[in-house]
Amino acid sequence: MSDSAQLIPEVQYATLEQQGDTAQLGMWVFLVNETIFFGALIFTYFLYRTTYPHEFEVAAKDAVLWCGSVNFALLLTSSLTMVLAVNAAAQDERPRRMIIWLVATAALGCAFLVVKGYEYYLDYQDKVVPVAHYEVKPGEGSAGELFWVFYWVGTGLHAIHLTIGIGLVLYMLLWRIRRGEIGPAYYAPLEVVGIYWSFVDTVWLFLFPSIYLVGRS
Amino acid sequence: MTTTTTFEEGPAVEPHTFLEPSYLTSENTLSSWLFTRDHKRIALMFFASITVFFFVGGGAATLMRMNLATPHGLLQPSLYNRMFTMHGIIMVWFFLIPSIPTTFGNFFIPMMIGARDLAFPRVNLLSWYVFNLSGFIVLYSLIMGGADTGWTFYTPLSTVYADGYVFAAAMAVFINGFSSIMTALNFVVTIHRLRAPGMTWTRLPLFVWGIYAVSVVMLTATPVLAMDTFLLAVERFIGIGLFDPRHGGDPLLWQHMFWFYSHPAVYIMILPAMGVVSEIIPCYARRPVFGYTGMTIALMAIAILSFFVWAHHMFVAGISVYSGVAFSLLTFFVAVPSAIKVFNWTVSLHKGRISFDAPMLYALGFVLLFTLGGITGLMLATLAIDVDVHGTYFVIAHFHYIMVGATVSAFFGALHYWWPKMTGRLYPEMWARFAAILTYVGFNLTFFPQFVLGYLGMPRRSYTYPPEWQSWNLLSSAGASILAVAYLLPLFYLGWSLFWGRKAGANPWGATGLEWITPSPPTKHNFERTPVVTLGPYSYDPDEDSFITQEGVRHVR
Repeated sequence: MSDSAQLIPEVQYATLEQQGDTAQLGMWVFLVNETIFFGALIFTYFLYRTTYPHEFEVAAKDAVLWCGSVNFALLLTSSLTMVLAVNAAAQDERPRRMIIWLVATAALGCAFLVVKGYEYYLDYQDKVVPVAHYEVKPGEGSAGELFWVFYWVGTGLHAIHLTIGIGLVLYMLLWRIRRGEIGPAYYAPLEVVGIYWSFVDTVWLFLFPSIYLVGRS
Repeated sequence: MTTTTTFEEGPAVEPHTFLEPSYLTSENTLSSWLFTRDHKRIALMFFASITVFFFVGGGAATLMRMNLATPHGLLQPSLYNRMFTMHGIIMVWFFLIPSIPTTFGNFFIPMMIGARDLAFPRVNLLSWYVFNLSGFIVLYSLIMGGADTGWTFYTPLSTVYADGYVFAAAMAVFINGFSSIMTALNFVVTIHRLRAPGMTWTRLPLFVWGIYAVSVVMLTATPVLAMDTFLLAVERFIGIGLFDPRHGGDPLLWQHMFWFYSHPAVYIMILPAMGVVSEIIPCYARRPVFGYTGMTIALMAIAILSFFVWAHHMFVAGISVYSGVAFSLLTFFVAVPSAIKVFNWTVSLHKGRISFDAPMLYALGFVLLFTLGGITGLMLATLAIDVDVHGTYFVIAHFHYIMVGATVSAFFGALHYWWPKMTGRLYPEMWARFAAILTYVGFNLTFFPQFVLGYLGMPRRSYTYPPEWQSWNLLSSAGASILAVAYLLPLFYLGWSLFWGRKAGANPWGATGLEWITPSPPTKHNFERTPVVTLGPYSYDPDEDSFITQEGVRHVR
């Protein structure tokens, strides 16, 4: 690991502390924007859900509950490992613990995507891919297909966000940490990635009950 | 810290400009531009991009006005549809929305708050690349044959019936949004975190406040449009979606989400312009702006109110009469902060030492055209009148008064006001005044007849009209040709001044902001030392013809 000589703030900042604070604020502001992006989708979803309560309920019964639940657990756990990684970065001079937790985070994220991919495969077999491979089930009417449009758009956008998150964690592991840029003196980049990761987790916190749980009793 | 120095008029090159090269000459390779992190260079790159789109969109408008000079037109009806659609899309997303923020905002926000760059320079550069990517997509859509849905992409026309390149155009708008968001995020964070010592919120120049307000609106409105156009693109692509009535979808939902963004977008276009005018008027009236606090509150009030008025675009779209009344009332509220601003600009002239230089002419033109556009906006906010003139040229004239008359005037005002700082050269004053006056004349001649036409009932988006309306249409087309000359003129004399203009001193107008304490053009990192701010902006004294910079140095002209 190289020494802390690289740790000088960029030209527009007075101190590293200011640079770190600003990076965090930037991520929070970005997440305001992201919240509204997903919020618009979830808002329209519930708008249609209240317009067609019965059709959506019937259609939603075909969503694979166990896949969603396993993913829920995986992603929540990954947020924990992420926080532990940030914690380790703040405390340990040696990066070992941080690296372990980050590898665990990335692995849990990948596991989520694998389960999601398998679920998509099951969905395809179940003929719930709108237009391409769709069969209208009894009782869901033509509005049932709208549920599945929401399903694919919502989970698809979430999966893209998670993929970006895994990419950021790998960037931290393979580039920033290897170059010795993350440590107790300065770990703002890792913290920023952590904030983003928790946001992606939070999106699933809303998508999971909306898609899999509502109306299933 | 108040000392008195004599302010010299004319070319006064400060000694340290010889020591350190300017941001323009510090590095000269192509890659030093393409990979620059310097907010000033990125601002110039944005300026080049949006100028191209301004003239592409203007070309479409030229064809439209040529077509409308005669009742039966020149163009095929389908081509006319494509022209007004591309005119709208390009002018709104590729010129007006990025216009002032990405150029003058990018260039001057760090300088006005005493920072050496924006908070995230790489994000700033990425924003330019994303903007150009979306620009290429929209040009692709245009060249392949364009879209014919109008810039509003109303469903189900856009999803089912239109046969143009709607998908490409919608994706261009979607990607363009990322550029908006990145730029806005940068401004918000920069203004929060990178202000120089002593630069409190109540000492920020009003241009910074304007950009702050607009950035907040961009950040909160753009994601809704992003989701909306994404869903539209999905529906267009796979053939079934949320706005499709055949599956129980609601086409009106598109309109709600679209206007939830696009009404705030109108304020995205006007708020930076208000900021520009609030800089120019005190400088050329040599007088503090009247009601600084009121101005800042009004800016933020407009930004917030903008989110509660969207459905006034949908009075005749089938919303209930009760929500129509509610949105009509809410729309009237916007007039209050807007009127406060107009009153304050007007009072700022009172007992000033006014000089009618080109930026001031543009700024005064802004105030007059904005007032006229605003008052007709109130007429349209009235439910009963809107039902009558909705979808006519009255609406066209109204929003062109705001978006072209006001915003583009402010854009040119800003361009002239800050030209010496950006390039280090003075522009030829007489030509500039001529262009400013020509803009005003040409604009009114183009768009005032459209108020009359709208009131007579001429529908918008029609390629033909009854012959009795030809004289008004001819007037409008004639005005458009004058306006085109007025917009092309600066290209020539500003281009000329780049090479042969007189060298500008650090502060040719005797202005108070921090950007004027740097050499013209500024060095790569703006300030040699971090400035310390002791005063609010606009410490002008018309009686003694003196001013005090924000650092507290008093100059007598």
